[in-house]
Amino acid sequence: MTLRGALERQRSLLDFALGALGRRRGKTAALVAVHALLVFALASVLLFTGGLREQVRAALRGAPDVVVQRMAAGRHEQVPAGWVETLGTLRGVSGARGRLWGYYFEPVSGANLTVMVPDGGWASPGGAVAGPGVARVLGLKQGDRLPLRTYDGEALDLGVAAIASPAVELVASDLLLVSESDYRALFGAEPGRFTDVAVAVPNPDEVTRLAEKIVRMFPDARVVTRAEMIRTYDAVLDWRSGLAAAVLAGAVLAFAILAWDRASGLSAEERHELGILKALGWDTRDVLAAKAWEGAAVSVSAFAIGALAAYAHVFLGGAVLLRPILEGWAALYPDLRPAPPVQPLALATLLFLTVIPYVAATVVPCWRAATVDPDALMRGDA
Amino acid sequence: MSLRRSDRFLAALAVAAALGAAALADARARRSAARPAAEEQARLVARLGLTDPCLFNDARYTRHLSQADRFAPFQDHPRALEHFPSGSLTAGAR
Repeated sequence: MTLRGALERQRSLLDFALGALGRRRGKTAALVAVHALLVFALASVLLFTGGLREQVRAALRGAPDVVVQRMAAGRHEQVPAGWVETLGTLRGVSGARGRLWGYYFEPVSGANLTVMVPDGGWASPGGAVAGPGVARVLGLKQGDRLPLRTYDGEALDLGVAAIASPAVELVASDLLLVSESDYRALFGAEPGRFTDVAVAVPNPDEVTRLAEKIVRMFPDARVVTRAEMIRTYDAVLDWRSGLAAAVLAGAVLAFAILAWDRASGLSAEERHELGILKALGWDTRDVLAAKAWEGAAVSVSAFAIGALAAYAHVFLGGAVLLRPILEGWAALYPDLRPAPPVQPLALATLLFLTVIPYVAATVVPCWRAATVDPDALMRGDA
Repeated sequence: MSLRRSDRFLAALAVAAALGAAALADARARRSAARPAAEEQARLVARLGLTDPCLFNDARYTRHLSQADRFAPFQDHPRALEHFPSGSLTAGAR
C-alpha cells in the first residue's frame, strides 16, 4: 500500500471513530469535560508553580551565601557583635554583616510585617520605607505617618519616606525598612546584638566546609546556606508535592477510576458494534485502530482545551482559582504575577500522562474482545 | 459539499495548535517583559541580604521558611499541630 493509501485508510478510520463518538454524544461530551477539567487543574498548578519557582530561583541568586543564627534552649537568640567580627576574619570569607530584622504584627489590618534595618542609609531615624503590600494594606502613600507600638507600649510614629516599587512584590511585599535606632526602640533589642549574621563566601566550593567550621567554632550556631534556601522553595513549589497532591488527589483518583472502568470492560452497545464490524470483515487491526482513534480524539481534544484554558487562567486571569489556596489566612498578600516558565518538558509529561493511559484504556478491552467470535459478541454471550 | 468529519476534527486541532503557538509567543513576550523586574528583585535581595520570597506571610514560621524551625508551629499555638492553612502546603527548612 502506498503512503497516500495508508493515510487515506487512517483518515477513514478517524471518520468512523468520530461517527461512533457522535452517536454517544452526551457520554463523549461528559468524558471530554472531565478529562479537560483534570488537565486544566494540573496544568494550572504546573504553570503557576513553575513560573514562581523560576522567579524565586532568580531572586535568591543574590541571597546571602551563608546565614548564621544562634540557638539558645532550642530557640533563636540574638547574636553578639563578636560573632560578626570573628566570622568576617575566617579564611574564605569576604565579609560578614549582622542583620537586624524581626516581625511586627499590625493589629488594625492583622498583617504580619517584616521589619528590617537596611545597610546604606535607606531609612533615616523617624522614617521608613514600606513594601508595596504594606502600602496597599495600610493605605499608605509617601509622606504619610505610620504609627507603631514599641515593645514597652510606647508610640513610635514613623514618616513614610518611600514606597518600594511593585516590581519587587515577590521579595519585599511585607517589608518595612527602618533605621537601626528605630528598630532597637521598637523591639527593645540590645545594642551590639544582631538577629543573625550574613556571611559572604565567594567560592561556592568552600561553603559546606565553612559551614562545618562555623558549627565547630560556635556549637550553638545554626547555619543555613543559600543552596538550602533554594532547596526549601523547590520543595515547597514542587507541584508533585503539597499543593498538587492536596488539591488534586480527589480529581486524579476519580479519573483513574473512570479509566479503570473503561479498561475493565466494554458496554453492551460497544460489544454489539464490535461484533458487527468483525462480521462485516474488518480485521482486528482495523478495529483496534478505530478504537485508538476514538481514545485519541477524546484525550487530545481534552488536553488542548484544558492546557489552553490553564494558560489563560494563570497568565491572563491572574490564577484567580489558585490564589485563595496560596494566600491562606494572610491579611497582606503579594500581588504575584509569575512569568510563564520555560519548561516544555513538564507539559509534554502531562500530555503523555493524560493521553497515553486514556488511549490504552480504550484499546485494551477492545483488543480482548476482538479475539472473541463475532456471533457471540453480537448475541451478547461473550 | 459538506466536510468530512475527519477534516472538521483536523481543522479544530489546527486551530488549537495555532492557539498553542500564540500562547508560546505570548509566554516569550511575558518572560522578556518580566526580566527587568526580576533583575531589580535580585539586586534588592543582594543589597538587603534577604533570604526568602514573600509567599506565605500569615504566620511567623511560614514567612521565612528557610530560617524557621520545623517545630515552630508549636511555639505559636500549643494545642494545634498546624494552625494556618499555608502550613499544610509547606515543609519548613530542610
